[in-house]
Amino acid sequence: MTGEAPAPPERVSLLDRVRAVSASHRSVSSIVTMAIVTAVLPLAALVPPFSSFNPQSVWVNSFADAGVFVLLALGLNIVVGLAGLLDLGYAAFFAIGAYTYAYGASPFSGNDFPFWIMLLVGALVAATFGLLLGAPTLRLRGDYLAIVTLGFGEIVPTVFLNADKYTKGTNGISGVYAPGLLNLHFQSTNPWPFYLTMAAIVTVAIIAIFRLQDSRLGRAWMAIREDELAAASNGVNTVSTKLLAFALGASTAGLGGVFVAAKLSFVSPDQFGFTVSFTVLAMVVLGGMGNIWGVGIGAFIVFIIQTVILKELNAALAGTPLAFIDFLQYQYLLYGLALVAMMLLRPEGLFPSARRRRELHVAEETEGEPAPAGAMGGIEP
Amino acid sequence: MQMQRSIRLPSRVRRGPYQLVGAVAICLVAAYILVGAQQFSNFLTVGAIYALIALGYTMVYGIIELINFAHGDVFGMGAFVALWLLTVAGFHGAIDNPLVLAVVLVALFLLTMGIMGLVGMVIERVAYRPLRNAPRLAPLITAIGVSFILENIMQAFFGPSPVTSPQIFDLNARFNVAGASIGYLNVFIVLVAVALMIALQVFVGRTRLGRAMRSTAQDREAAQLMGVNIDQTIAITFFIGSALAGAGGIVWALYFGYALFNQGFYAGLFAFTAAVLGGIGNTTGAALGGFFIGFLYVAAAQYGYFRWFEVLVFGVLVLVLVFRPSGLLGQQLGERA
Amino acid sequence: MSADRGNTNATGEAAVTGGVAAEGGATTAAADAAAPAGKAAAEPRILLRATRVTRQFGGLVAVREIDFDIPEGAIVSLIGPNGAGKTTFFNVLAGVTEPTAGRVDFVGRRMIARPVRAWLEPVIWLLPSVIVGLIAAGLDTVERSGRLASLAAIVALLVLIAMLLMASIRSDTYRRLLDRMGIFRSARPNDMVRAGLGRTFQNIRLFQNMTASENVLVGMHTRLRSTPLDALLSTPRQRAEEARSRVRASELLALVGLEGRDDTVARNLPYGDQRRLELARAIASEPSLLLLDEPTAGMNPRETADLTALIARLRRDLGLTILLIEHDMRVVMGISDRVTVLDHGERIAEGTPDEVRRDPRVIEAYLGAPAE
Repeated sequence: MTGEAPAPPERVSLLDRVRAVSASHRSVSSIVTMAIVTAVLPLAALVPPFSSFNPQSVWVNSFADAGVFVLLALGLNIVVGLAGLLDLGYAAFFAIGAYTYAYGASPFSGNDFPFWIMLLVGALVAATFGLLLGAPTLRLRGDYLAIVTLGFGEIVPTVFLNADKYTKGTNGISGVYAPGLLNLHFQSTNPWPFYLTMAAIVTVAIIAIFRLQDSRLGRAWMAIREDELAAASNGVNTVSTKLLAFALGASTAGLGGVFVAAKLSFVSPDQFGFTVSFTVLAMVVLGGMGNIWGVGIGAFIVFIIQTVILKELNAALAGTPLAFIDFLQYQYLLYGLALVAMMLLRPEGLFPSARRRRELHVAEETEGEPAPAGAMGGIEP
Repeated sequence: MQMQRSIRLPSRVRRGPYQLVGAVAICLVAAYILVGAQQFSNFLTVGAIYALIALGYTMVYGIIELINFAHGDVFGMGAFVALWLLTVAGFHGAIDNPLVLAVVLVALFLLTMGIMGLVGMVIERVAYRPLRNAPRLAPLITAIGVSFILENIMQAFFGPSPVTSPQIFDLNARFNVAGASIGYLNVFIVLVAVALMIALQVFVGRTRLGRAMRSTAQDREAAQLMGVNIDQTIAITFFIGSALAGAGGIVWALYFGYALFNQGFYAGLFAFTAAVLGGIGNTTGAALGGFFIGFLYVAAAQYGYFRWFEVLVFGVLVLVLVFRPSGLLGQQLGERA
Repeated sequence: MSADRGNTNATGEAAVTGGVAAEGGATTAAADAAAPAGKAAAEPRILLRATRVTRQFGGLVAVREIDFDIPEGAIVSLIGPNGAGKTTFFNVLAGVTEPTAGRVDFVGRRMIARPVRAWLEPVIWLLPSVIVGLIAAGLDTVERSGRLASLAAIVALLVLIAMLLMASIRSDTYRRLLDRMGIFRSARPNDMVRAGLGRTFQNIRLFQNMTASENVLVGMHTRLRSTPLDALLSTPRQRAEEARSRVRASELLALVGLEGRDDTVARNLPYGDQRRLELARAIASEPSLLLLDEPTAGMNPRETADLTALIARLRRDLGLTILLIEHDMRVVMGISDRVTVLDHGERIAEGTPDEVRRDPRVIEAYLGAPAE
């Protein structure tokens, strides 16, 4: 953003140059990267190992769904990775976004607002609830946020379930209208428009988060994460700064919610249980808290493993003595184990940002143990 | 008897025990009027369960300032262990001989509480101790991970639907008081809970280990300099807290007659609310908070709002955090460094 | 460097001959090129005034009824044996620790005291939207179509958000509202910084994993104007401010003797440089009063002398008022205009360095023998 590319000291390889350029033109490089990824993914689905699992259109549909989780993980990364707060009820904001769209465009409510406006409205409504929840909680110690959001994540689906007069309870709201753009009317049989829309939303989110990270606000988040007292003693209003992170994270989830409601044309309380919050948290931790690209990649991989690979594993083991293991059923056990193992062994995640690695290995370094070199730590300079 | 920082408490906040007893008595009378004699005994029983869980929350928070998300699932697991022990021992129906019943109950409590205490110690050793000097986020994340691991282990062994527990207590053994029919089981549960709480207070207040716990809660480094074995003290705290949650689990299995793999999730949330309500780090407060949650449970059921119970408890949590984050009996902890 | 030191000593001695605190401050101000000429002759303004500040931790009284003034332009020191309550008092001034009793006024405004009617604050947040909600419920029973009620619900929500936002930013309107309601909440550390107070910590508290430049940029937080929206849109204003502030951070680093270390991660700096960086971060907020908590702790005599000279220079160049906590007597006696001695949480002496040096109570409590 400021053009201060870290000068490569010794070997000026092509890679280094690419890095230097991408650091100084982050928005352009993000767009280019996402464009390449968006183009390559559907092609990869045609290549043998992948093409044998599913036909291309099914893959593209999965990629669009994966995009939702990438978006959720990016949003949660603002809260957990950048500001260092723990939000365990992230799915609640996802739900609020989805129900907002269901009210905005479905036969149930009688409204028919355009999808593109509802994207913004969903984000705003989710952010509002983020503010309402964060304002009383963030004045207190960070731990309280974790438990209050945990409760909130449970309460929101319960409310949608119990207030059946307004939400049709457990049946959910169906027939939610699909988006349209000019003359193109999105249809659930054709995943491509959804896929491209999601890719665009994720691109915008990535650019926005990069810009925030490199601003005064991003530095304040970092400072709070490192030492809250020192941050406050340097003039950072810790409450409003944390509140902003929390609301921004919530609004990102709201975006995802609107998209999901439109794509599935259906919302019901059981889509937004604690397992969603937990899955997204696992994605963020696995991808590397604080590293925007890492979190995105982590979320994508976890989602594909969850929806495709585990199913394939079950099918592959069907005839063998191991058939009793239902990988889909135990995926959350795997996530739980992964969370604990990651925090104990590799807290910086699989794709760490250089800074987070420094931070999370403080104790070891001061004891004289060398920090493990990040095997794939080259994504962020 | 406050476990944490009682010495630092500003004197104007400290209340005399008589005032506290008086306030509790008034609340009890009010509760009695609101829900009537029959539900009053249920309220005390349910409250006892939440109080037992809340104690472990508050002790662990008091000593290492960590919200142990896995604590609720330790309670859930306690219910399963009790149920499994009874099944394995071959009990199916009510035990009529009071002597046999007493022996079985003592054995059940000792075994289950011991097992759950050990589970708690193992969790602390594996998931929290290595992260004691890590950024605050790290142990919180492992805590939620452990919670999920425990739930999935229970699901793997006992399946995803509720498992019925052997009823060794004769539910028809009741007596009449003030127009209400009260089960001996209810009386037994309340007595056990109160006995455990008194034992805990005596332990924390009067013994050497209890002193070590209090001093560690107040200032870990200073305690270490004074020769307190920090690791051991924290492990014991986890043992006691988890054993109490295990006791809560037994009581749950006896009273409700079933166990569900994720019941600890909600119970943990409610018990945490109880702990915050009472002033986190304060054992007396946690016990009282637990009984308050029990009252809400019964009152919500009686007035036909039972499916809003969770929302109600959550509302209480948020209100307490807004208006009195230090809880009813706690010290000021708002924006602490 | 040695010239600086001599200069400071001379100022200190001038203050000593003056004898009275007010004159000592005036002499300093006169020597200070930055001070406005017209005010030099008058009594210096009291920048910070602590009145009967008490802080109790349970039964332990860490600080007891301390009165303490810091005149503008002075270097004032706080000394005392370990456990005398220096750091507690200091934390009260910085807004970190709430006092049990007493108050602190800073730049003429009550900043720190026991809260008054603080419980009313959440009521203020909720009351407007509750009123709107009640009106809506009332209208709903009359009108029954539900349109009006849902509109009112949205309005109530928006009102609530506005209140919460105002509260979290603590805007001036909100502050005035609180004043009118007779609600007072003690200032938080960031409020003190905004009002013009900078501080360092006894045990260095840098943002260890951020670069030196980023540390200083966080220090400049209150002086930067760009909003999150500017950042999102990458407006020219935002980019210009970022570029400007990075240059400024470089200058500040150079000022404390860390030129060229902009991109060094704070934890990789040597100990002495970390202290300097903390100093640069503290002055980045352009404070009028700088609180330094044992700035030379853990330094060898040579580093101590350098840092003392640096502090004196910063004070002269930036027109700072300084409150210093020190245990190194040479530092204190060398550059202070006034010295206050605490023991067991109480003020046992106050005066010029020479007066304090000769005070028998101080000698008994703290020095044991006269300082060298």
